Amino acid sequence: MKNKIYNQILDNEQIKRPIIKNSIKAFIIGGLICAFGELLIMLFNKGFKIDLDTSKMLMSFVLVLITAILTGFGVFDKIGEVAGAGTIVPITGFANSLTASALESKSEGIITGILTNMFKLAGAVIATAIISAFIIGSIIYFVRV
Amino acid sequence: MIKVGRNSILFSDVYLVSSGTVCGSKEHDGPMGKYIDKYYEDSYAGCDSWEKSEQKMLNDAIKIALSKEGITEHSIDLFVGGDLNNQLACTNYTVKNYAFPYLGVYAACSTLTESLIVASTFIDSNYGNYILASASSHNATSERQFRYPTEYGGQKPSSITSTATGCGVALLSSIPSYIQITKATIGRVVESNIVDAQDLGRAMAPACCETLRNHLHDFAVTPDEYDLILTGDLSTYGSSCFKKMAEAYGIKLGDNYNDSGLMLYDLEKQHVHAGGSGCGCVSLVSLGYVLKKMYENKLKKVLIIATGALMNPVMVAQQENIPSIAHAIVLERVK
Repeated sequence: MKNKIYNQILDNEQIKRPIIKNSIKAFIIGGLICAFGELLIMLFNKGFKIDLDTSKMLMSFVLVLITAILTGFGVFDKIGEVAGAGTIVPITGFANSLTASALESKSEGIITGILTNMFKLAGAVIATAIISAFIIGSIIYFVRV
Repeated sequence: MIKVGRNSILFSDVYLVSSGTVCGSKEHDGPMGKYIDKYYEDSYAGCDSWEKSEQKMLNDAIKIALSKEGITEHSIDLFVGGDLNNQLACTNYTVKNYAFPYLGVYAACSTLTESLIVASTFIDSNYGNYILASASSHNATSERQFRYPTEYGGQKPSSITSTATGCGVALLSSIPSYIQITKATIGRVVESNIVDAQDLGRAMAPACCETLRNHLHDFAVTPDEYDLILTGDLSTYGSSCFKKMAEAYGIKLGDNYNDSGLMLYDLEKQHVHAGGSGCGCVSLVSLGYVLKKMYENKLKKVLIIATGALMNPVMVAQQENIPSIAHAIVLERVK
């Protein structure tokens, strides 16, 4: 059954989400993560004399590793709670969704658990990446020709 | 047992003779901790999966309820219970170790009162002397069932509730005791206009108000009749909407109203957002705190309206409104 009076009250009592506050926090924390990433690239590139492309790749590896470790120790979800999009949007969000899903499924075994469920959340990210890469790739190919 | 009005039942000889409650560490640290029989510090309770830990907790609660009354499982004529896992996995897998007849029930977080109503009906129909009614939930098993992996670092809105880790078992009998189950009101499924599965407190408020109205109408009583009106897990936002809905129908809820979701945890110190939820929430508060206060004669007549959001992750993804249900029972101190 449905009742108009109840639903009217629910409509009137909307919960206000602190969008501006969340955006500022996400901007600062996300910015700090990206700045840390830049520092890593500089360290690899200038410090260890590794070429720029490889340095960028290594930076991603390091961020993924740090996130995976923090997720494993149960710390990352607490950071993500505050940072919101600040940790979800950079590669840290991707790493966390993989690790969290894998950890969650370990009781169901390696194949039916971890391997099956690891991309449960990250699957959308990968699918989007493949589709956009295809579209952009096609555009570049035809425009260049 | 007589049917009253369109939704309610008046029981004649149903008594709640004992109970068993088991919880996790967060619930133990909350204000209700001292009323709960047993707790586990570790969310795995020494098991290798969260599902097994929920089963262990339910098994402990059964044993506690039986030992308080000094009976064994062989005296049990029926077990009625449920939980939040798919296919009622926790209850089914726990009960497999016992030889008593069993009925599994599901009413989301209102499973406790549904179990109690079904069990009371059997007692009043002379089905047997002792019937167990249970409800259980575990934070980690529910999170993975309904939401995200536990370690997922997403931001949670203020309206989200924290599923309680807790099991409650009540032993019902026709043999007179201090607490009698006198009345019940069966809920109707009410569709809210909420599609957000992170806002279940508000989604359940309509069903809760509907059951309260039906209860008061069927028995021709007012809220003042009760020392305590306890709702299930409406939490901060849900209970305020519920009060407004009741008010819209001329029902004024006073100081005798409270919500289990607001009582189980210390909302300021414990990180639970809008409050507690899950079958375990109302089970721990009512079978722990409420019963204790009734034994001490501090509460004489209590109306418990457990609320359940009948949400399904597939239907939520299909953007369907979330329907809810609420079942009510009345506990009275006698003797």
